[in-house]
Amino acid sequence: MDVINLTIDNKPVVVKKGTTILEAAKGIGVHVPTLCYMKLDDLNIENKPGGCRICVVEVQGRRNLAPACCTEVNEGMVVNTHSIRAINARRTVMELILSDHPTDCLICAKSGNCDLQSMAHKLGIRQIHYQGEQSHYRKDTSPSIIRDVDKCIMCRRCEMMCNEVQTVGVLSAINRGFNSVVSPAFEMNLDHSVCTYCGQCVAVCPTGALTEVDDTGKVVRLLSDPTKTVIVQTAPAVRAALGEEFDLEAGTLVTGKMVAALRRLGFDYVFDTDFAADLTIMEEGTELLNRLGRYLEGDKEVKLPILTSCCPAWVKFFEHQFPDMLDIPSTARSPQQMFGSIAKTYFAEKLGIKREDLVVVSIMPCVAKKYECQRDEFKVNKNPDVDYAITTRELAALIKISNINFNSLPSEDFDHPLGESTGAGVIFGTTGGVIEAAVRTAYELHTKKELPRLNFDELRGMDGIRKATIDFDGLPINIGIAHGLGNARKLLEEIQAGKSEFHAIEIMSCPGGCIGGGGQPYHHGNAEIIKKRQRAIYEEDSKKAIRKSHENPYIQKLYEEFLGHPLSEKSHHLLHTEYFDRT
Amino acid sequence: MPKIKLSDNTINIIKEVCAEFDNKESELINVLHKVQGKLGYLPAEVQEVIARELKTSVAKVYGVVTFYSFFTMIPKGEFPISICMGTACYVRGAEQVLSEFKRQLKVEVGESTSDGKFSLNCLRCVGACGLAPVVTVGEKVYGRVAPTQVKDIIAEYRNNVCDVARTA
Repeated sequence: MDVINLTIDNKPVVVKKGTTILEAAKGIGVHVPTLCYMKLDDLNIENKPGGCRICVVEVQGRRNLAPACCTEVNEGMVVNTHSIRAINARRTVMELILSDHPTDCLICAKSGNCDLQSMAHKLGIRQIHYQGEQSHYRKDTSPSIIRDVDKCIMCRRCEMMCNEVQTVGVLSAINRGFNSVVSPAFEMNLDHSVCTYCGQCVAVCPTGALTEVDDTGKVVRLLSDPTKTVIVQTAPAVRAALGEEFDLEAGTLVTGKMVAALRRLGFDYVFDTDFAADLTIMEEGTELLNRLGRYLEGDKEVKLPILTSCCPAWVKFFEHQFPDMLDIPSTARSPQQMFGSIAKTYFAEKLGIKREDLVVVSIMPCVAKKYECQRDEFKVNKNPDVDYAITTRELAALIKISNINFNSLPSEDFDHPLGESTGAGVIFGTTGGVIEAAVRTAYELHTKKELPRLNFDELRGMDGIRKATIDFDGLPINIGIAHGLGNARKLLEEIQAGKSEFHAIEIMSCPGGCIGGGGQPYHHGNAEIIKKRQRAIYEEDSKKAIRKSHENPYIQKLYEEFLGHPLSEKSHHLLHTEYFDRT
Repeated sequence: MPKIKLSDNTINIIKEVCAEFDNKESELINVLHKVQGKLGYLPAEVQEVIARELKTSVAKVYGVVTFYSFFTMIPKGEFPISICMGTACYVRGAEQVLSEFKRQLKVEVGESTSDGKFSLNCLRCVGACGLAPVVTVGEKVYGRVAPTQVKDIIAEYRNNVCDVARTA
């Protein structure tokens, strides 16, 4: 192995050839400040355009300062990360960035979570010596995401996520020099573009240039309306991340505290999207077995592999990009929408109230869920099945506004009947979880035998594309898993080319799955946080008394009392959907 | 921007150019250059076809089109007029020449006259600084242009006497 010897801040360092100054310094505990740079380990995500110049360091014998993030080390290099020249240059760069940045930090949605703000603080900027013209651009509001590019610092992180990781290709830098902004083609608004609302641009934006649409005000108003019964559902990934907003270690499960907080916020019933995830498995798993059965009988018309359809960004992605394949994904609605549909029929009937008087709020790790609940096919007489979807971050804000001391809350349980769930419902929150849940149920329904094990380690992990074959008692089932839409695209192109050998594929848009969703607490470039959330999800699963969806007694009751059986006419009407060509 | 429908012929021209460059994304600038040479400008619909052919996003194509001032999304006039704003031309009065063109044609820089005959643009140095200030109409070069000559230059083309300049 080629090694390089160098000195950083008077300390000798030995690193592999090809290492950057930034990484080499990190190895000895010297954290050179960065702004545009971002690296998510194990997810293959890196942004280093060398654009912001905050990370400049002095290299002996080199005329110009070197950007640490994209300068490779050389033998005998002598680096000073905090020479007066480097510090002054860093401060000048920061002042120049700030000279074209609005100073409305006090009322900015990103205040307290802004990388630019904390870097200005870290560098001790107290004055901006450069006063000049500021660039101005219109605000662009979509169902999920707000673009306020006056606050953009051209770090290009969003562009990298949108183009390289997600291969959606909505965002690009346009125009030149002072007039350059990151924008969709022809400066169209996001809601006219092929944007999937996955929200990964929001997840990585260092400033307030990209934020989610804030629906907390509407929820507060509804909670104080005595004529409305307001119920809430919480997605599985929320409980594994919400604690971070209250300074708890990443990966701390806060399920019970979250339920307690929601009750104190005034929700009449606190339910769980995990219940609807179990329901999804009943419908989607049965659909898989149906298609598989027909395929094994020699039916040439049957479409395999079946693709999961829980993720609204993924749905919008294939509607725009693969309109010739609309009949391949499962027709099952997402758990959020199944919950809304059951709540406004079955549960409203139980309460004896009209659907218009029942308000369904969901807490989601996702910004695309805001768009999903507004889709016309999920409305009855213009009344949506899910009224509002707010993110994990928005829930944290609601809890803070309401003076609830989150960390001292007791652990409370979900309400019945839509709050009971299994471990299979919980793992929907991570990549690999939906398909593992489906396997647990499909195996038993197909073989009529009890599963010899419940953990399918071959389906777990963080690799972008994973493949495994599960033995259904003599019948090998080939399973594919992709997270990140770029990885999904690869599997779809295989199907298009007739090369796919999978029977079922799980797809989640966000790296890591919902735990890495665009509505989660900001990870600030630390991928370790996403991995800790994943461990928390599997921990919750392992602690559950029931871990297979079809064994959920409330799901069984729902079928007995209301739906009949999976894929029944009523199920089709309430729990399934259709897809549209959006080209 | 009103949507225009491209003819099959136009689409084929674009596809041919892309194929000439092996439909490589890395050849985007060359493709745009050549397509603009053939069509005169690069409206949104043309960029969409190019993006599809080169398997890249239309946002990226638009990003490149808006980065380089040479590329235009506005149809050029039959006779594209360019005034050099390079240092030598500028100090020898190019700005006055430009304002005279603007006044006479009643257009701003980057626009075309309503009859589609002339379009007005600035450029940076044609390498004929000895002739400063320089004006080009199509491929014809006019040197040492004074504001008083502007009227005559326009008149030369208004009645279509010269078709040497017919190019884009």
